[in-house]
Formats: sequence, structure tokens, C-alpha cells
Amino acid sequence: MLQLVCIKQVANTETRIKVAADGTTLDPSGVTWVLNVYDEFAVEEALRLKEALGAGEVVLASVGGAGVTTTLRNALAMGADRAVHLKTDDPAPDGLQVARALSALVTELQPGLVWMGKQAVDDDASAVGPMVAEMCGMPCVTVVCKAAIEGGVARLEREIEGGRELVEVPLPAVLTADKGLNEPRHASLKGIMAAKKKPIDERPAALGAPGLERLALELPPPRAAGRIVGEGVAAVPALVQALRDEAKVL
Amino acid sequence: MSRFNGVDFYEIDSLLTPDEIAIRDSVRTWVEDRFLPLIEHAYDEAYFPREIIPEVAEMGLLGASLPEKYGCAGVSATAYGLAMQELERGDSGLRSFASVQGSLVMYPIYAYGSEEQRMKYLPRLAKAELIGCFGLTEPDHGSDPAGMTTRAVRVDGGFRLNGAKMWITNGTVSDIAVVWAKLKDEASGKERIRGFIVDCKAKGFSAPEQKRKHSLRASVTSELILQDVFVPEADLLPGVEGLKGPLGCLTQARFGIAFGVVGSAMACFHSATEYAKSRIMFGKPIGQFQLVQAKLAVMLTEITKAQLLCVQLGRIKERGNLQPAQVSLAKRNNCEIALQIAREARDVLGANGITSEYPVMRHMCNLESVYTYEGTHNIHTLVLGETITGLPAYR
Repeated sequence: MLQLVCIKQVANTETRIKVAADGTTLDPSGVTWVLNVYDEFAVEEALRLKEALGAGEVVLASVGGAGVTTTLRNALAMGADRAVHLKTDDPAPDGLQVARALSALVTELQPGLVWMGKQAVDDDASAVGPMVAEMCGMPCVTVVCKAAIEGGVARLEREIEGGRELVEVPLPAVLTADKGLNEPRHASLKGIMAAKKKPIDERPAALGAPGLERLALELPPPRAAGRIVGEGVAAVPALVQALRDEAKVL
Repeated sequence: MSRFNGVDFYEIDSLLTPDEIAIRDSVRTWVEDRFLPLIEHAYDEAYFPREIIPEVAEMGLLGASLPEKYGCAGVSATAYGLAMQELERGDSGLRSFASVQGSLVMYPIYAYGSEEQRMKYLPRLAKAELIGCFGLTEPDHGSDPAGMTTRAVRVDGGFRLNGAKMWITNGTVSDIAVVWAKLKDEASGKERIRGFIVDCKAKGFSAPEQKRKHSLRASVTSELILQDVFVPEADLLPGVEGLKGPLGCLTQARFGIAFGVVGSAMACFHSATEYAKSRIMFGKPIGQFQLVQAKLAVMLTEITKAQLLCVQLGRIKERGNLQPAQVSLAKRNNCEIALQIAREARDVLGANGITSEYPVMRHMCNLESVYTYEGTHNIHTLVLGETITGLPAYR
């Protein structure tokens, strides 16, 4: 079975991000780029399934600029077989555009499973998985925290408010991975060396027209400095009052 | 404490290839996730966390720069060095484990062994199915290994070895030992140093652990005692005679140390920096005081210089031009600055610096050993002295 894992390169969450001069995109200078953490769970789960089946192929796909190659190589180093880089110069295509480009690839490759993270940690849109499923006419199960795939059927557990939901879907299907699905492996030195020789197929991303326009990107306002209301027991009434009237947490 | 993201003040990453960076970062994350949670307890209780060994092998950290043909990763010298840097940021004991297995056991079998010996031992050593140690130093012969008293004599079908080795990392937990001993050449009657692959289960071989160390506590250090140990002919390393055999291995291991101790220094610098920014004294962070800033400035400067030495050392090695004295310079300098940084970092952390809540004192104690093992600081000084003047001080 061919499994397609769609991954996104995102800014390291520890990066102190800046908004670019255009006011709608991220300033890429000084940013460390990493594989979206939820996509890492998706890659790991696809690899484990392939290892359990003892056959099949894990293909990675990513939409983005030239820099995406590094992240594709790092994910190939975990053990995926090959990658398709859907190239675009657009620094922030919207979810609909990315889904369009990916679903064209899904149609071409006919994977048994399409994996991706439940969301990308940069824009938190959670849009691409369900959109790809819709465009390709496949069932979609999001926020998967446990997966068992056998005989053309996926039995899945989803993290929901206060519990877990058990779902069963026929393949092919689109599954989006949550934290807790697995513990992703560390790329071994051999894996990293092998990844250098694995093919990355580069082709233009068929994004089409955007579905939404991003008007502005703003950093949260800096937090106001704290205030010491007093010291010792005498300060308690003032503190309680401030917590109730100003912070409104009581 | 914020996550460790390396030290790169001089865009040193721009001197590295993408796979070298990927290797360093993957080992860094592995150390962070898998090794650091184990180390403080292991150090306290003075044991090497052996449960980690299969993962060390799985990561490809044993003999990483040897060819794929022998089950190794075949990475560049620089990538190997950067992996050692990250292991030693974890603990010198972890780096020592990998150094000994890779540079002192696998390397001599690779460089001086027959093809049969390579195929027999290297893949199993890379997978850690076999653990190895290296027996050169003796109780009475450290800096002067030529004075060794361990001897091999020819017997029917092989050799009989007698002698004792000391300060042997991994000794007690080893399956095989690469032992260096003097063997009389039958034709000339002269004694030459030869390398033997000794089965640690052989009759007459024992390896009691050296306990009660104040340094490298999370590392196994042992004596090797050889009493009439029989070694079959097939386990003599055919490719080398004389002191250049063991010294060739040590050049490999010292190369790893030159990189490794930069990792210890980075750990101490990171710890001191974080502490200085958050510890409030006299109403402000101690990092705002000039005396503390001066210490941090010197640490960053010395780490940056040491990194540059390492990258260039790696590139020289990759070109095949590496001179042992160049390795001496880097080993000598980097151990010295790492130890100095560890001591200064301990000072920045004040009383907290002596606790196991911070890695600083552990690195400091480890570095006292690393400063001395694999060629003491003084001996490397004399190697450089001889290189400069042509006049050997130790002869």
C-alpha cells in the first residue's frame, strides 16, 4: 500500500517571530524551520504501518519554496521512501490552495492512506486534511490518537472532549494525527545518510486561486508590567479586589 | 530552563553541510529526550545506564564514520565529531562509551585487521551485539606506553598473553578487548608491540571494575588482568607493528574528544547564561553585573574558537592530511577551555552550582578526567613542543 504523508515546514515555535514589511506574512530572517510536530506523528505512524505490513511505500509531499527541501530530507531520514516537492514562491498559500495541490497528487498516486498532522502549528487552521478528503471523495478522520489498520479498514480513536471516540472507516481515507498517536523516532545517522540519495520529485504546485485573503498579521500586544499590591497579610484584601475587579478571574 | 539550541555565534553552521547539521541536530534531540532524563541518577549512583546502549547503536553512533559495508553509517569526519559533541553535552561517560567502541575498538580492527576480522567483528560491534574495550595503559605505564610490560609469546596455534592494564573504559562490560602487548619477533629477536583481539571470556582474563571515582561516575572503568590468556592466531591484528598502532587509534579518539568537550563547555555555558538571567541578587539579575558578564563573554569567545578549530580539524581529516600534532593542539586547547568554562560556570551558579540540579559540576568533574586521559595536557604540550623545535622533550 502506498501511503502519502503531507507535511509542512513551519517556524520553530521557539522562534521570536516578526511580521514582514507587507504586514501579512512572516519575516523569514532568523527563523529556524522545522517539521510541523503533528506531521511528525503522521510520518511515524505511516512508517510503523509499513514496517508492520512488511511492504508498501511511504511518500512525502510538501507545498512550499526551495527551503522546504531540508525538511523533506529530514523526514526522509526517518525512513520514508521518496518525496514530492510541490513548489511555489507564495510564502503563505491558503488552506484551499494547498488542498488543491495535494489532492491533484492524491488523484495521481492513488494512495491507500493519506496522513497529515491535525493542524500546522503556525496558522492552526486545521483545514487541509478535511479539504483534501472532500476533493478526493474520501472519508476523513481528524485528531487520530490511535490507529489500527487491517484488511482495508481503519479502526481509529479520536481525542474528544472528556473521552475518546472510536471510528471505523474504509480505505482509502484521510487521517490527521494528534499528539499521543506515537513517539516519533529520532533519525539515525544511517537514515540521514540514506536520505541524501532518496529522490525528491520537484514540480510546480497547482494552487489555483486563493479562497481567502489575509488582511493583516499582528503580534499580540506586549503584556503590561505586573504590579505589587502590598506585602504580607495586610495586602490580601487589595489582592482579592484586584483579582476580582481588574483581572476578573474570581 | 529554555531548550538548548546549540551555540553558534560565528555562523559556523554555514561551514557545515545539510547532512552534518541534520546529524548533529538529531543526536542533540536524542540526547535531550532519551539520555538526559537518566544521567543524574546514573551519575549519583555511579553506573553507566546500559539500557541506553541498544539505542546508541540504533542511532548509528558506534563507528559512525566507518564504511557502510561494515554496518556503519559512513558519515564525514566532521559529522562524526559533531555527534561526539552532542553526546558529551549529555555526559563525558556517554561520549567515552561511543569513543572507545568506535575509535579504539572498531577503528583498529578496520585499519589493522584482516578482511575476515572486519566482517566478523565490525557489524556486530556497530549493533552493540558486542561491546569492546582498548587495553594500552598499564598501572605503571601511562604517558610512556612504550614501557609496557604486557607480553605475548608464541604457542601452538596462537599466543599466550600475560600482564595488566588499567583505566580501561568499558572493561568490565566488554565482550572483546583490543590488547596491545610486546611480542618477540622470531627472526630478529626484537620485541615489537602488537595488537590482539582478546575474548573477554577466555580463561585467565578478568576485568575488575575500578570503583570510588569522583569523575566519569557514569562510565565503567576497569583493570584488565591477563594470566596466561590464549589468543588464537586468527585474532592477531596483522596490519601494524609498533607503537604507531595504538597511537593511530588514539589520534582517532582524540579527534572525537576535541569535538566532544565543546559539548560539555556548551552545556555549562548554557546553564550559566540561563542562571545569570534569572537569578536575582541586589534587586537585579546577576547577569547584569560586570563580573558575571565578563565570565560569560570569555566562555562564548573560547567556545567559538574551539568550534572553529574543530571544523577545520574535521576538514583536514576529510582531506586525508591530518597530522597527529594537529589533533594534539585541538585536544589540548579544547579540554583546557572546557574545564575552565565548567569551573567559571560553577562560580556563576554559586552554591547551586555544586548540586545535581544543574549539570555543571558533573561536567567539571568529568572534564578533570578528559583533560588527563588520551594524552595528558602536558604530553600534548610536549608533542607540540617537539613539532615546533624538532627536539623531543620526553626522550
